[in-house]
Amino acid sequence: MTVGAPEIGYALTVIGFALALWGAGAAVLGARGGRPALVTSAERAAVGAWALVSAALVLLAYSFLTFDFSIRYVATNTNLGTPFYYRITAVWGALEGSIILWAWMLGLYTFIVVRRYRRRQPALYPWVLAVMLSVLAFFLLVMTVPAPPFQRLDPVPADGRGLNPLLEDSGMITHPVALYLGFTGFTVPFAFAVAALITGRVGDFWITTTRRWTILAWYFLSLGLLIGGWWSYHVLGWGGYWAWDPVENAAFMPWLTATAFLHSVMIQERRRMLKLWNLTLIILTFSLTLFGTFLTRSGIIGSVHAFTQGSIGIFFLVFLSLVMLGAFSLLAWRLERLRGQSELDSIFSRESAFLLNNLFLIAAAFTVFFGTVFPLLSEAIKGQKVSVGAPFFNLVNIPIFLALIFLMGVGPLIAWRRASAENLRRNFLMPVVIGVAGAALCRALGVGNLIVLCCMGLVAFVAATIALDFWRAARARRRTGDGWLDATWGLALRQNRRYGGFIVHLGILVVALGVAGSQAWSTQTEATINRGASVELAGYTIRFDDLQPVEESNHFKVVGTFTVSDRRGPYTVLTPAKKFYPQEQTPIAAVDYRLGFMEDLYLVLGDFARDGSHATIKVQINRMVSWLWIGGLILTLGAALAIVPEPRRTATRSRPEHAVVA
Amino acid sequence: MKRRAKFLVGGLVILAALAYLIYAGVTQSLVYFVTPTELLAAPAAGKSYRLGGMVQPGSLKWEPKSLDLRFVLSDGKAAVPVRHVGPPPDLFAEGRGAVVEGSWSGEGFFRASNILAKHSEEYKAPHDGAAPGYQELLKTLRGSQASP
Repeated sequence: MTVGAPEIGYALTVIGFALALWGAGAAVLGARGGRPALVTSAERAAVGAWALVSAALVLLAYSFLTFDFSIRYVATNTNLGTPFYYRITAVWGALEGSIILWAWMLGLYTFIVVRRYRRRQPALYPWVLAVMLSVLAFFLLVMTVPAPPFQRLDPVPADGRGLNPLLEDSGMITHPVALYLGFTGFTVPFAFAVAALITGRVGDFWITTTRRWTILAWYFLSLGLLIGGWWSYHVLGWGGYWAWDPVENAAFMPWLTATAFLHSVMIQERRRMLKLWNLTLIILTFSLTLFGTFLTRSGIIGSVHAFTQGSIGIFFLVFLSLVMLGAFSLLAWRLERLRGQSELDSIFSRESAFLLNNLFLIAAAFTVFFGTVFPLLSEAIKGQKVSVGAPFFNLVNIPIFLALIFLMGVGPLIAWRRASAENLRRNFLMPVVIGVAGAALCRALGVGNLIVLCCMGLVAFVAATIALDFWRAARARRRTGDGWLDATWGLALRQNRRYGGFIVHLGILVVALGVAGSQAWSTQTEATINRGASVELAGYTIRFDDLQPVEESNHFKVVGTFTVSDRRGPYTVLTPAKKFYPQEQTPIAAVDYRLGFMEDLYLVLGDFARDGSHATIKVQINRMVSWLWIGGLILTLGAALAIVPEPRRTATRSRPEHAVVA
Repeated sequence: MKRRAKFLVGGLVILAALAYLIYAGVTQSLVYFVTPTELLAAPAAGKSYRLGGMVQPGSLKWEPKSLDLRFVLSDGKAAVPVRHVGPPPDLFAEGRGAVVEGSWSGEGFFRASNILAKHSEEYKAPHDGAAPGYQELLKTLRGSQASP
């Protein structure tokens, strides 16, 4: 038997699995028996397992860089023509490699947990470690049995098949990394939730730690979703950014439940309510990350970018069942301790606004879940292959999201416990007037679509509440002698959680406008034009000038040259192409576009005559799509601001951790 | 107690509204997934379908000037003529699987509003310029370069 990279890599994963398994067991034994030596051993196992996964990842990357086609995964996802940087991203370009990256990030989080909480939290820590190592062990098991990245290919082929051409994009560097950092990040709050349930310490420390880790994971997941939308927009050539595809839904569901948690946890902090609910949300969020992986990796639901099927689905299903069964049993066992210490006082209160927010977020998550698994349910129950597509998701989610935007304006300003008529008038009279005025203005400007009008009015309302709050707070600070700039800046830093939240809300508003605008006002046309002739759309004239073949290292492409002029004269030259990869039987379109603040010009080369005499193109004017990316940027900046430690809160955090008394 | 009841009723009203929303959403956007055999057994005009099958070799006709695309989807037993407006999408070719969204026209063909071509991920032993027509296409294009 030959020993090469495949065997070394396989050995690394197997030993890593054994270490993680031992670590999980040792942490449990150490925590139960109060034996620190065992916990230390578990720590070493965790660090060791992470080192081994790192080595496996490096080995796989090295195999890609050196074209080691004795590894099946390398041969399937690269060939001699694949450029350098795509050989790096190809490491996680398909199923097996994505699991390695996943395990590596989980190892990284475990390592950070070891470093941060070893001394600070001796009671919870061993259990946290045990949970994290169990999850890591599961992913390493997946890497050894159903999806081994280091399978040997015999005989070794002279050249590989090549990467899926759609993945040859710079977004492939950042998208999976951000998405998986988000997915795996939810393991930390989940581990703390389980540890808190086992030890019965569901108090303050649990909240602070879990909240911060959830924001971090939420930040990465948001980033991953955004980059995914951007990839879909500029690579797939259909001019859209969100298709309600099962893969997108899989990432969106935990985002919704995590968002719900980030809000309801504030009620627990302030009013000691909803402990049971918060734990449920954390467990649900983590379970949904596993469910999403199951959904997309098992091939159980056909998706444009689902990976191939295999026995991997059953592994995830069993693990998911164990996780949910275990976590919810613990929850039931600790039910007595999770009773809230106060009750809702009034419908007009911040508590009830947050509760409604949670209700709607969970409803949205359920809708997405229901629509995604609907084909499975229908086939299992009625034996009929039926699906609900994008119209279902849009129809159900639009009212829910409009309600959420409304609550976004109400929640942060309404009083806790019971809002007086005076409080309501002081905080909401102006914003409501501005909201109605905003909608009226849009109507006067010719917006006819009712949903868009609602959206505009609500966005104006929420923006007004944010401005009002900020203005008041800054004015208060200014009275103490600061200048406007200092007052604003000081506010953002001093109450970074509150203002980070506001900035996230602003980002969501901008995204909402982008979605509404692009859905309502985008326009497109398709036409076949002769060389030298042109087509017109929305003030643009697109002239077909030339068609040229260009050879690249791993494919060749046919590039069309189109001169675009707008009402003022020559505007730009667009060069959409069709790319031909030897490993693919059919060509793949490469879009060309010009992004703008209010509208993007988006050109797809659909078909062409071989002699270059005519070409079929699709022209799209996509309106306000840029607002999505701008809003997304604002949103992630706000989330980043909310993550940095609060200077003032350090005093409260040192309060002694106490187990909550029932 | 009274307050609790109020909250409960409010919550139930919202839940009922949401349930209705989902019900309405499902009934309005139901799409049946059928094979050519199933479709031809009981073709209902106007109903939304997803029709899946293989693009029958030799059946693909593409008229660039009118953007008229015609092909036949078959499952080995039955064959359904399909019409679509727009060029053949990426990953779409004769002899390959495709799923089309649309409805039965009632005039002997399926009107497709959207074509979803399937991406094949299975491993194929690599050989130079493997795809049929690749070298030939390369040649003709190089030729066209010489004569503009």
